[in-house]
Amino acid sequence: MATISMTVNGKQVSGEAQGNTLLVEFLREELKMTGTHVGCDTSQCGACVVHVNGESVKSCTTFVSALDGAEVTTIEGMANDDGTLGVIQQAFQDEHGLQCGFCTPGMVMTIADMLNNNPQPTEAEIREGLKGNICRCTGYHNIVKAAQSAAATLSGAKQAAE
Amino acid sequence: MYNFEFNRPTDLSAAVDALRGDGAQALGGGQTLIPVLKQRLAAPTTLVDLTGIESLKGIRRMGDMLVIGGGTTHGAVAASGDVAAAIPGLVELASKIGDPQVRNRGTIGGSLANNDPAACYPAAALALGATIETNQRKIEADDFFQGLYATSLEEGEVITAVHFPIPTASTYQKFEQPASRFSLTSIFLAKMSDGSVRVGVTGAGADGVFRHEGLEQALGSNFSASAVDGVSVAAEGMSNDLHGTPEYRANLVKVMTKRAVEALS
Amino acid sequence: MAKDNVMGSSSKRREDVRFLKGRGRYTDDMNRPGQTYAYILRSWSAHATLNSVDTAAASEAEGVIRVFTGKDIEEAGLGGVPCGWEITDKNGDPMKEPAHPILATGKVRHVGDPIAVVVAETYQQARDAAEMIDIDMTDLPAVVDMRTAETLGTGVHDEAPDNLCYDWELGDAAATDAAFASAAHVTTLEFINNRLVANPMEPRCAIGDYDQDADHYTLYTTSQNPHVIRLLMGAFVLSIPEHKLRVYAPDVGGGFGTKIFHYAEEAFVTWASAQIKRPVKWTSDRSEAFISDAHGRDHVTKAELALDAEGKFLALRADTRANMGAYLSTFAPCVPTWLHGTLLAGQYATPAVHCRVRAMFTNTVPVDAYRGAGRPEATYLLERIINKAAQELGMDQAELRRKNFIRSFPYDTPVALQYDTGDYDATLDAVLKMADYDGFAARKAESASRGKLRGIGLSCYIEACGIAPSSLVGALGARAGLYEAATIRVNPTGSVTVMTGSHSHGQGHETTFAQVVSDALGIPEDQIEIVHGDTDKIPFGMGTYGSRSLAVGGSAIVKAVDKVVAKGKKIAAHLLEAAESDIVFEDGQYKVAGTDKAKAFAEVSLAAYVPHNYPIEEIEPGLEETAFYDPKNFTYPAGSYLCEVEVDPQTGKVEIVALSASDDFGNVVNPMIVEGQVHGGLAQGLGQAMLENAAYDEHGQLVAGSYMDYAMPLAVDLPSFNVETAEGTPCTHNPLGVKGCGEAGAIGSPPALVNAVVNALQDHGIDHIDMPLSPLRVWTAIQNASVKQAAE
Repeated sequence: MATISMTVNGKQVSGEAQGNTLLVEFLREELKMTGTHVGCDTSQCGACVVHVNGESVKSCTTFVSALDGAEVTTIEGMANDDGTLGVIQQAFQDEHGLQCGFCTPGMVMTIADMLNNNPQPTEAEIREGLKGNICRCTGYHNIVKAAQSAAATLSGAKQAAE
Repeated sequence: MYNFEFNRPTDLSAAVDALRGDGAQALGGGQTLIPVLKQRLAAPTTLVDLTGIESLKGIRRMGDMLVIGGGTTHGAVAASGDVAAAIPGLVELASKIGDPQVRNRGTIGGSLANNDPAACYPAAALALGATIETNQRKIEADDFFQGLYATSLEEGEVITAVHFPIPTASTYQKFEQPASRFSLTSIFLAKMSDGSVRVGVTGAGADGVFRHEGLEQALGSNFSASAVDGVSVAAEGMSNDLHGTPEYRANLVKVMTKRAVEALS
Repeated sequence: MAKDNVMGSSSKRREDVRFLKGRGRYTDDMNRPGQTYAYILRSWSAHATLNSVDTAAASEAEGVIRVFTGKDIEEAGLGGVPCGWEITDKNGDPMKEPAHPILATGKVRHVGDPIAVVVAETYQQARDAAEMIDIDMTDLPAVVDMRTAETLGTGVHDEAPDNLCYDWELGDAAATDAAFASAAHVTTLEFINNRLVANPMEPRCAIGDYDQDADHYTLYTTSQNPHVIRLLMGAFVLSIPEHKLRVYAPDVGGGFGTKIFHYAEEAFVTWASAQIKRPVKWTSDRSEAFISDAHGRDHVTKAELALDAEGKFLALRADTRANMGAYLSTFAPCVPTWLHGTLLAGQYATPAVHCRVRAMFTNTVPVDAYRGAGRPEATYLLERIINKAAQELGMDQAELRRKNFIRSFPYDTPVALQYDTGDYDATLDAVLKMADYDGFAARKAESASRGKLRGIGLSCYIEACGIAPSSLVGALGARAGLYEAATIRVNPTGSVTVMTGSHSHGQGHETTFAQVVSDALGIPEDQIEIVHGDTDKIPFGMGTYGSRSLAVGGSAIVKAVDKVVAKGKKIAAHLLEAAESDIVFEDGQYKVAGTDKAKAFAEVSLAAYVPHNYPIEEIEPGLEETAFYDPKNFTYPAGSYLCEVEVDPQTGKVEIVALSASDDFGNVVNPMIVEGQVHGGLAQGLGQAMLENAAYDEHGQLVAGSYMDYAMPLAVDLPSFNVETAEGTPCTHNPLGVKGCGEAGAIGSPPALVNAVVNALQDHGIDHIDMPLSPLRVWTAIQNASVKQAAE
């Protein structure tokens, strides 16, 4: 066992990990943050996507021992400070981009990273960008709409600020 | 997965030392190895994580070569202006590997060292005639790939960089396996500065990645889609699974090669 | 005040907030004090004699608490996993119903059959120890192919040496034969309806927690119907009286049918917890889910359609073999029979239909209901053979259907159903317009200019959902009633808590049901709380499957609301010093008709709990009512789907260019949620048609046992859908006038896609390709057709 320290959603945290402890296990079992989910064991479903140092990664395919000192953002860190839904989360509710909610945290985290890199993606780019996330409920139709809606809101806010 | 000791060196010599230990195994981005470990198909006693070694990362142009550090992620290659300017086919290839998350972690060195028969990078390394540099030596791509998941890397040998000769034109045409989204059969096509044409095929061969000499010769003398029609691509030696018969894969070799030619025409 | 238009408005989902903030509470998110972990060692052989299971070394391993085998289960006298539906075969004999042990003894019958369970302090310790279990098995020939299973000479079960579970028929065979004899044209189609894995994104999980002091059991589980699990497990497996057993299904991450069934793992963790006096948790990983969750579909069928010279359907004949897998899962026997044969009239006035179904045991994972359950198989059969007939006769696919639509309701089909209402022309007209059917030729030409083959495929589905009158399903073999229950608890200040027997695992009940209650009681939605999933809190309910929640569960809510209002009228009459018959309830007010005297809903509820001025001689205090609603009939949603594809003839790859859907769901409470249900169903149906295939090899190994080989639909595989809900024909027999919408997309879309691809390839002489229409299959079909054409 080794002690791993990192910043999760802006807070300094530390916990115990074995060599084989995955980031998702550390989040769920050590830090008791269960918003990040595990839906497969072949690194394909993306229910576990979080951000590490500003990039989306699959937390089920990342050893926590490699992340001592890293900055991690999870779904629990995506709401506004006052507890209201963040822009992408709100877009998911507005566009009915979720049903059972299980894949949703990973979808939100992937889209957040996508829009950081490409603020105004086309529908094809959104669909391509969701290649590492499986949803069994929505047929992706409203997830795509949520991404488009969030992109419009974020770029509108950016323009307003400029 | 079985437990192991996790070793995260920050310089190459420490990594090489650690890899001399019994049961030690190198870990790149882990996007292939970690799923294997989850299935308990491997049981290293120590994993030596190479991602903390800054000297393994980076992309630089050196004369008529493009040199990509072994620890460079697919995402970094896909986003690189230097790569786009020198070898656009590599940008196409890197941006089609897996998904954004895999590209953010997976590395070129890890991909080549693993030599998955459906991986993308081996096709480019072969087609471009890359040189794979390790902590011990330089290996020509034609000598590097040794069949399914097998390479000429020795124990404790780490890919430090891949040297790609800069071709006059290049493209990667990927046809995905419908489930894994790895290559079912994909083609890396390069026109070299000496006028030769090289065709790397991944996903199709029962022994892994290969160059197709018949296509290379035909396209070398007549760079056109119709030249591909005249080449016989044998089903023999192609792999067979739920998603593709040898005949189907042989067909895809020709179809994707033609599309590669059209993309460059 | 409630919104004026609360019914029919797209209220945003209230459950979304917790899911979007990562605060959903799924079973695996829960941990009990002192919890242990179970790892299940499963058979790697499809069919083998189990000679011995040596657990000595594993039992001594670090962290191991106990290792259990089938012998322990046998010695404890536990029952097997029960089947909830008995089919009587055509000779009047009951189906073969072999035992389904919690852990295998004597034999293993499919890859994934559980052999032993290690319970340890950590998951890793349990899994490590499982590798020390020494198992001696002798392989037997595997029964995999249904077509040869009867004559193979190897029985999955001793009770069924020919592997036949039942041989069932429905419809008038003689009338059907006579119609075929007089037919001008007969179209024949032989096909496979591919086996699927449901793949809800949340893998199954179960925690058994025995409280020794109270002698009380709790099972936390990923279920669509906690009361059904309590009944089956308590009464038939563990012999635990129901008052000593609580089953709680919290947030559940998708079900699609595969979380209806009672599984061995649920019974195991509940029982084992009492053995070791500590909670026991089991969480499936995805690989394990592939070999332990019940699969879906898997039919091999020969169908024949008889037509007269004008294209009128005279008769339909279907002969199907349906795979049961190695054991009978909870509702498996009814899926290919009463949920399949009964749907073979479709939207058409075919006078005679006959259907034969042979259910086969094989050495594969059990097969049971998966989104649509029998109805997708029936729709695929009909909608494919109709297109093949149109192709053979050179008729337009829409016109051939229109010639045969049922237009008079109620309509008694020749396969035992009575359709209450419908308007099939309306949805067909709508979809042809939405998809610009008339402009197809120009689009086809444009595709051709790019070397692509464009095709368009129609599918007109009907389904029977909201299952169904208990007396009817009882006569058909169901071992349970199929009503639904609801309790309306009006709190003293007028807010309302609704306890429903339905279970939401993505359907948005917390929102839709609140809309229903808000509309009925005239109070705002935020004054209404929906409680579900916990047998300690809700009335005995049958859960969610078969698109039944609003039609049956919602109707139970309406009935309970009616009782609340009726009692409220008595209280209001007293308070207003008026006759009860003069009280009307509207807009959340009890009013004396024809006057301005009124009492608000909250005033009346307060009076019920503070009964100072109250008709106490006449009625009890309090305002809480429960209703059980048993439907009078199924509901019959129907619609038309058009799929347009482009086929790349060089690679065989199919691109879905457009999918248009027009559905008649009767009245709609929340259009946003209904459309979302259609989207999801479409994706699963198109997944079946183009991508998904739970393929076994001849040894009974599941070749597509992970997402590396089982192709799940991704965003890149699908277009944005063009979905419209028709004005609709309200259901005539439930109080909301609603029909089910959950399965429609999965039922209607597979034949639409296959029809489109075949339409694209018809010039090659292709008239059928079995699903999934993978690049390999489409390319191979084109090659074979070219060879055939060259030979001709």
